[in-house]
Amino acid sequence: MTSFIDPCAHCEEMMQPYLDHVLTEAERVAAESHLDECEQCRRRYRFEESLRVYVRQATAEQMRPELRQKLSALRIPLD
Amino acid sequence: MSATVTVADMSENEDAQRLASEARDRVRFEEDALALADQVYRVARHIANSREDAEELVQETYVRAFRSWASFQPGTNLRAWLLRILTNLNIDRGRRQQRAPQMQALEANDYYLYDKLAEDGNGIPDTERVVERLSQDDIVTALAEVPHDFRDVIVLVDIGDFSYADAAQILDIPVGTVMSRLHRGRRILKGALAETALEEAGT
Repeated sequence: MTSFIDPCAHCEEMMQPYLDHVLTEAERVAAESHLDECEQCRRRYRFEESLRVYVRQATAEQMRPELRQKLSALRIPLD
Repeated sequence: MSATVTVADMSENEDAQRLASEARDRVRFEEDALALADQVYRVARHIANSREDAEELVQETYVRAFRSWASFQPGTNLRAWLLRILTNLNIDRGRRQQRAPQMQALEANDYYLYDKLAEDGNGIPDTERVVERLSQDDIVTALAEVPHDFRDVIVLVDIGDFSYADAAQILDIPVGTVMSRLHRGRRILKGALAETALEEAGT
């Protein structure tokens, strides 16, 4: 039985593994060939990619210098 | 007689050498571990619920790491070793209470957030612009709303840059579980972001 697969729904399924670089070669080629012809999916992939970069930037909080000093002070002195 | 003295001297000397080399290894370990503190904190900050909790957790992690340095196998991933201590401590101390979410986190499909943000814009959205509609606070708040099991994986992989395999080892769960939690967790995060964005648009 051949079932109809909505190519955009399938592309959505492939998005996370695609961006994580864990698709097989064949799956990657298939995903890219759909992306080449579907602007809608392409935009959504690009959004996901930018979002990931943005999440990384937005969550990057520097440690306070006081904490760094406290950590150094935890070292076990040589006797 | 003189022969036994020599043997005793030699073994004392060996002991001293062994101690000196152990001390060197320990100092190097401590320096290597401290050099990773920024990266450890970055992950801890979002595994814990607040900056205070994160700072405490990082300190406890280093206390334990310095005490049990001898159990670290040189040549293996020290950052992962430290994070494993940290995530275990976080679970042991029962710090994983969920901050009361304002609403039930929604697990939407992968495109939900994009579609919501794009709907509000005029015409075809520019990807960069769509992302920019989310503030840094939106991201941090939404991430804190993701339940711990999912959040820990997102934080390790997407913020800490750990591989699926490292994350699996740190959390002591199978790689398949890392993958499924990561997928669901990212969807929950996007659902939470969509809700935040919609709330802001509505006010």
